[in-house]
Amino acid sequence: MQNDRLISASERGPSGPRSRRPLPPWVSTTALLLPTYGWLTLAVFLPLLTMFVFSFMSATPMGKAPIIFTLKQYRAFIDQPYLVGIGITSLLIGFWTTLFCAVLGFLAAVALVRSTFGKTREMLLILILLPFWTNGLVRVFSWTMVLRENGFLDSLLHMIAPEAGSIGFLYTRYAVVVGLVHGYLPYMILTCYIALVAIDDAIIEAASSLGARWWTILFKILMPLAAPGLISGAVLIFIPVIGSFMEPRILGGRVGVTMGTVIEDQFTQAFNWPLGASLSFTLLAVVLAIFATFSGVLRRGTVA
Amino acid sequence: MTELTRRNTMKLMSAALIAGVSISTLPRKAFSAGSITVLNWQGYGTDEAWSLKAFTEKTGITVVHDYYSSESEMLTKMRTNPGAYDLVILNAARCAQAVAEDLLQPIDFSKVPNASTVDETLRANPNFSKDGKGYAVPWVWGMTSLAIREGMTVPDSYAVLADPAYKGRVAMDDDAIINVGVGALMSGQDINDPKDLAAVTAALKSIKPNVKLLWSTEDQWNKSFAAKEFDLSLFWSGGSVRSKRVSKLPVQFVVPKEGGVGWVDGLGVPASAPNPEGALAFVNWMIDPIFYVEWATKIGAPASSNSAALSALPADDLTRLVHKTEYLKTTSFVSGIPDDRREAFNNIWQEVKAFYAE
Repeated sequence: MQNDRLISASERGPSGPRSRRPLPPWVSTTALLLPTYGWLTLAVFLPLLTMFVFSFMSATPMGKAPIIFTLKQYRAFIDQPYLVGIGITSLLIGFWTTLFCAVLGFLAAVALVRSTFGKTREMLLILILLPFWTNGLVRVFSWTMVLRENGFLDSLLHMIAPEAGSIGFLYTRYAVVVGLVHGYLPYMILTCYIALVAIDDAIIEAASSLGARWWTILFKILMPLAAPGLISGAVLIFIPVIGSFMEPRILGGRVGVTMGTVIEDQFTQAFNWPLGASLSFTLLAVVLAIFATFSGVLRRGTVA
Repeated sequence: MTELTRRNTMKLMSAALIAGVSISTLPRKAFSAGSITVLNWQGYGTDEAWSLKAFTEKTGITVVHDYYSSESEMLTKMRTNPGAYDLVILNAARCAQAVAEDLLQPIDFSKVPNASTVDETLRANPNFSKDGKGYAVPWVWGMTSLAIREGMTVPDSYAVLADPAYKGRVAMDDDAIINVGVGALMSGQDINDPKDLAAVTAALKSIKPNVKLLWSTEDQWNKSFAAKEFDLSLFWSGGSVRSKRVSKLPVQFVVPKEGGVGWVDGLGVPASAPNPEGALAFVNWMIDPIFYVEWATKIGAPASSNSAALSALPADDLTRLVHKTEYLKTTSFVSGIPDDRREAFNNIWQEVKAFYAE
């Protein structure tokens, strides 16, 4: 019986589906990846490329003005030296926001992972995400109610110490950082949470049974093991923060001038898209340079 | 009985469609005056239902609307749809551009009787005319100037913005054209073509210790003013009327001796308009005191260009008190400016903002 079957299989020979020469692997890989890459090209790459082309033009190509290709938009940082100061401010705001997010987000994630279980943990996760789903504009405007003079913060202080002065600090860089930390904190909590959940409880039990104090566990075990989460959270936060314009504009008042607001002005008010595009590509280059500089640290972090 | 094949169904449907279209166009043909298509911002005076009803009853002309959401969109619509519009509402600064591109036709003022009381200063705006011919009828106007908390000393000059008495109590309009205009007025120059840009920058930079915030929407202005975050601000004349009337804020609008930074919207007839007669009849209605008084008191409107219409408002009307016609003599109107100058203005304002933020 078995023999018969074998013969018939060999008799079917080249016409059988099994023995047809298989397609080279790259064909199927390409076929499977095509929709994804096609979509990426259409939705991400082409618009970005258009903006990149725009950044070399002398004017927005939507009027009657003749368009010449020029590099002058990329000279903006030399022609308008105050832009360098704005750029540094934006990077500093990005740095402080990321730092505060990292500290608060990591501790929140540790608390979530180490001291809650099951339903409670899910509930807390939802509670963390819930404000994140509300409109960003609403959240930023609600901060103006809290931080302004005679706002909630002041009223709270005056309930305890009626004679105290105002501690409202709306329209300062601190207010901008507070608004940004509030807006981007969930990214850090989520990435750290995912990294921390994967750590085996046995490791921590072993450490504590060997006499490690809580700070040793935190700094020597939890932090290195959760480094990938911390780093991806930092990248997710740093990049959008240095381009943010809504929070600085609303919470910053006079001091709320960042690269984000400058670029937004070029697009919405000045109708100078080429300058806006060149500024954002310059910003992108600076960010890439920063990540390239720290790439060694970043790689070590993700491997650990 | 014929079968209900695909072809027959198509025939039936197209027949019904043709019948429907011809029936709906029939009554229009019966009207001798016809209809006009107006291009405007939505909810900006021309599309009030009560007014259109009265206008159609009076003239037999029906009014159809199309809207734009930015002034560059308005120009694009005129460029790409010749013959589609009979009337367009356009700012003086854009009017010059439209006239240069031959998008508008000269206005026959004999067909707009109400234009005889339109303020001369507005009618003489060079942006509305070319080679001695008028290309738009001035419709409504307003200005950006100072607003101050009621009960405080009324300033007589923009120099007050830099007065140490207002340290940290000033708000500025986050708009390049307006601020360069104010800087030009502070340094005694033409707002549309200041020769000494360094003086404009210096004047704006001198305000720094006083500047508390830069506002960009009326709502933001109202909230911050109500929260007593500032006492003195650059503000829109119409905005001050709304803040006082609607939000009951204690704000007083002040036009100092240098004058306001003004804007004026005109009514123009596109060069390719199918019904210019009807359009001019509607223009006449739009600047008619009967329409204006109802618009201004019921809904709220900017100042009418027609002094007869403005003075037909009740004597204590806020719009009338804020927009005194004598201000027209001192107000400088924002005009169409070349692209390189616009870019220079924007760069100045960015530089000043960066200086404020230091």
